[in-house]
Amino acid sequence: MNNDEIRIKMAEYTVSKPPHVLVTLGLGSCIGLALYDKYLKVGGLIHFMLPYSNGKKNTAKYADSGIPFLIEEMVKIGARKRNIVAKIVGGAKMFNFGEENSAMNIGKRNSEAAKEILKTKSIKIVGEDIGEDFGRTMRFYTESGKVKVTSYKREDLII
Amino acid sequence: MNNSHINLNEIKKDALKEVGNIGAGNAATAFSEVLDRKIEIDVPSVEIIPLEDVSTITGSEEDHVAGVLFKVSGEAPGKILFVFPSSTIKYLIEVVMDKKIEPEDMGEIEISLLKELGNILSGSYLKSIGDMTNLNMNQSVPGFSYDMAGAILSSTMISASSTGENVLLIETEFMDGEEKIEGYFFFIPQVESLSIILKSLGLSGDE
Repeated sequence: MNNDEIRIKMAEYTVSKPPHVLVTLGLGSCIGLALYDKYLKVGGLIHFMLPYSNGKKNTAKYADSGIPFLIEEMVKIGARKRNIVAKIVGGAKMFNFGEENSAMNIGKRNSEAAKEILKTKSIKIVGEDIGEDFGRTMRFYTESGKVKVTSYKREDLII
Repeated sequence: MNNSHINLNEIKKDALKEVGNIGAGNAATAFSEVLDRKIEIDVPSVEIIPLEDVSTITGSEEDHVAGVLFKVSGEAPGKILFVFPSSTIKYLIEVVMDKKIEPEDMGEIEISLLKELGNILSGSYLKSIGDMTNLNMNQSVPGFSYDMAGAILSSTMISASSTGENVLLIETEFMDGEEKIEGYFFFIPQVESLSIILKSLGLSGDE
């Protein structure tokens, strides 16, 4: 692991600037959302677990409470809201039982919630690697805004 | 009990540990018979774990493991998950199929073997819990994933938690004496099932 890497665990977030690389490991149905101001080179990454908080306060755990919070924290360290774009990773369905309805698919509900919330914040999604049935590790390079997705079933993907 | 916090006193925890002990003891016997070698179990632990901590309970998030998952339906619904590390997968395939293979190269047949082992273990676990509690419980067909432990554990536990806050695990570790076989067995009853199981053991569900 390189010294510039900052690990973000489940239900956590971090905002940072170059040369830092924001890393989150083993995303399954969770989402890793990278937000980036490419002009001012400010990045933020959140690893949220569930779509809606129903008023609960643990901000980074849920999409609806975490994403607006992440935007505010980026602005606090110098990002401009209108510059921010998004990349979404994760939201897989790790086990397939065939018969399920989509209400049980937490990964899909997480991706949909992220997209909906980003839309209300007028943040454009410029890259995504979501769904399917495998785990993902993501590395978000705040220098370039690129995100590298590593999974055991597939070659590394840069988005 | 149907709120964000699961509360259990020591007596109830001990009762659930006993459930885990009897279930896993019988599963270990079945496992020993299939493999024709002695499989032991650790003393089960009953833990209430915040969801944000579940992805590292078997080791690092990025360790490659096999997960065999069952949905439990009936009077006390929940989930059962087996986790086998890569070294154990290799060894199991070698012992049962007389074949050396890296877990990355598993095909349908090897995956079927792991599913079937999961099936046998989970079946004997549930049967012994059923006999003990007189509750009727059935398992689904197995779901299978070979992937990063963090992805398997977090996805399983998040969807098993009805509170979105924490999850109650009755966890047992399996091993042989030679460090060739290791595995984790998790029984994750739904919050509502806890009081049903406890009541069937003569412990009132409400505090």
